[in-house]
Amino acid sequence: MIAIPLSHILILASTLFVIGFVGVITRKNTLFILMSLEVMLNAVGVAFIGAGSAWQQADGQVMFILILTLAAAEVALGLALLIQMQRRFKSLDIDLLSKLKG
Amino acid sequence: MTDNMLPLMTETVLAFLPFYPLISFVLLILLGKRLSWRLAASLSIAAMVLSALSSLFVISQLSVDIPVITSHLWTWFTLSLAEGANQTNQSAASININFYLDGLSAVMISVVTGVGLLIHIFAAAYMKADENFSRFMAYMNLFIVAMLILVLADNLVLLYLGWEGVGLCSFLLIGFWYQEKANVLAARKAFIVTRIGDTALAIGLFILFKELGQLTIVDITQNAQLLWVAGDDKAYWITLLLLGGAVGKSAQLPLQTWLPDAMAGPTPVSALIHAATMVTAGVYLIARMNGLFLLAPEVMNYVAWLGAATLLLAGIAALAQSDIKRVLAYSTMSQIGYMMLSLGAGAFSAGVFHLMTHAFFKALLFLTAGAIIVALHHQQSLFKMGGLLKRLPFETALFAVGLVCLMALPGSSGFFSKEAIIAQLWSSDTAGPLLWYCAIFGALLTSIYSCRLFFLAFMGESRFEQNLQPSSSKLLKFSLIALAVLSLIGGVFANIIEMSLAEVFPLDTRIVESDPYWLHSVAIATPFVGIIFSWFYFASYRSKESAASNKNTFIASSSGIATFCRQGLAFDSFYHWLLVKPYCYLAQLNRRDVFDQLLMLNAWYVGLCHDVLKSSQTGKLRWYAAAIGLATFLLLLVLSVDVISTEAS
Repeated sequence: MIAIPLSHILILASTLFVIGFVGVITRKNTLFILMSLEVMLNAVGVAFIGAGSAWQQADGQVMFILILTLAAAEVALGLALLIQMQRRFKSLDIDLLSKLKG
Repeated sequence: MTDNMLPLMTETVLAFLPFYPLISFVLLILLGKRLSWRLAASLSIAAMVLSALSSLFVISQLSVDIPVITSHLWTWFTLSLAEGANQTNQSAASININFYLDGLSAVMISVVTGVGLLIHIFAAAYMKADENFSRFMAYMNLFIVAMLILVLADNLVLLYLGWEGVGLCSFLLIGFWYQEKANVLAARKAFIVTRIGDTALAIGLFILFKELGQLTIVDITQNAQLLWVAGDDKAYWITLLLLGGAVGKSAQLPLQTWLPDAMAGPTPVSALIHAATMVTAGVYLIARMNGLFLLAPEVMNYVAWLGAATLLLAGIAALAQSDIKRVLAYSTMSQIGYMMLSLGAGAFSAGVFHLMTHAFFKALLFLTAGAIIVALHHQQSLFKMGGLLKRLPFETALFAVGLVCLMALPGSSGFFSKEAIIAQLWSSDTAGPLLWYCAIFGALLTSIYSCRLFFLAFMGESRFEQNLQPSSSKLLKFSLIALAVLSLIGGVFANIIEMSLAEVFPLDTRIVESDPYWLHSVAIATPFVGIIFSWFYFASYRSKESAASNKNTFIASSSGIATFCRQGLAFDSFYHWLLVKPYCYLAQLNRRDVFDQLLMLNAWYVGLCHDVLKSSQTGKLRWYAAAIGLATFLLLLVLSVDVISTEAS
């Protein structure tokens, strides 16, 4: 088995993270923002797994399980919010939610 | 009662003397309109009666053996000089609420409570119909309290308290009918003009305390005479500042402009301000500080000249007035001028005696004028009166008594006091023959304007259409008659006053032998010359034909000189040009206050920051996320640069 160097894993993870982040700030549709967030979370998960295997420690996998749980909870809440938003604004455009404008 | 009890009791009575009207004031203000006329009037008058009886009692206890009665109430506060200041005797002086009764304050409290009581009685009848009657009586009571504190104070701080209290009450009372703008303006003017003098007085007190380290009047007089010789610079400046205060309160040149306007108040107020309180405060101050003033002969000379200038100016102005109350106001000014002249000449007891007799007859004149004005339905113009001799004989007789005293015809009280003043002028060190001529000319003017007033108001044909409505109130008549009696027989007090004041003014016993023999005869003859002159000069005012034939031409002369005199020798417009206009101009120039703008720069800067920060709050989630991302990126960048640079080194 060829060991994949940690740097490769980290490059993959940061690429994924940047893709997710760019999705968050460019997408207007809230559903897509949530999906981009998932991508970002998974990028972090990949980084943890890679680091865990590079140092032969279980902590990385434990953290990934935590992130997975967090992601599940976030999706549950986010979808509930999406439904409410669709009901109230008849749209999923995130820019409509700007009542906090100074 | 044993002999030991009596002094203690006297002290107690003295301690309570000024507080009866204060209690009445508090009750009247608190209960206000809930009190009926009868209750409010009896409350305020009862307080005055108690004060008057107390002063009678304490004055009766004064004798050659006991020239001074003091009463210590409590210690007010302690003053100490700052380190490094000119310390002479002691570093701290305690300011007490102490009442000090000697011959001078005895005269003053008898005038304040006696005449004050009669004015209160008159006012109760005069103001009966006013809806704010209890407020009026409350202010009158407070006025008396302030004046009593002023004259009984044993130190200058307590005196200053009374001094300011008098100023406040005059403001409240002149502007009593505050719905009319003219009254409010007059009240404001009185307040501001006297405030100029008060400031001078306060500065004088500061310097006095810095130099002598104490403010108790007796100590000041003693120490000043020990430390300074006559003509000392410090004494000069201090007395000059004290004189500034006296000039403001007593309406002397150049701060006299408030007094004629003060006629805006109800007539009893005018009587109170002009006779018993307020304007006499300045005279009292100089008389009280005579020990200090004697150390500054130049200032004494200024006092005399100020008094002479004022009495001439006021006499000339009185000649042209058309309002009966304004004639009396100017005559007050000129009589106070006589008192100042007398003080300046060193004839202190004559000045104080004139203060007392003037209080009697000026209160009588004002109150009678008030009764006449009411009878004529608030008509104050002399040119709308005339022929009152037959219509209002009672008032006419009383007014004539007052005028006789004002002119100082032989036998009246004014004669004794005014002659006493004039007699001492010629050979005085600080006055002299020139001032004597001024005083004589002033007496001539006094008799001329008095005659003009009498002819216009009481003789000739009546020039009014209304039905007369003379008041039949017994209270009113009682107080008028009492004042008339006092004015007539006031001369008999001359010896008593002189005896009681001999202790206070030790240097006052002046022997006048170098005077020319004709001085007295001229002084006595002067008022008669004035009467004869005006009998012919104002013949048209008293004759019936001319007035009846051309009623419409019977108005105040509108020639330039007459207008100039009527406006009090145009001092008002002079001050308007000299002070008010430039001040308003400067205020106009600096409309957008420069310093204000500098301060507003702060506010502008804060506002700018606010706008910048506000624009960052877009409310758009994606912007926030982007900002967080950017910030994290920058943070990481800085950290990595830091790490790389530490590894490299």
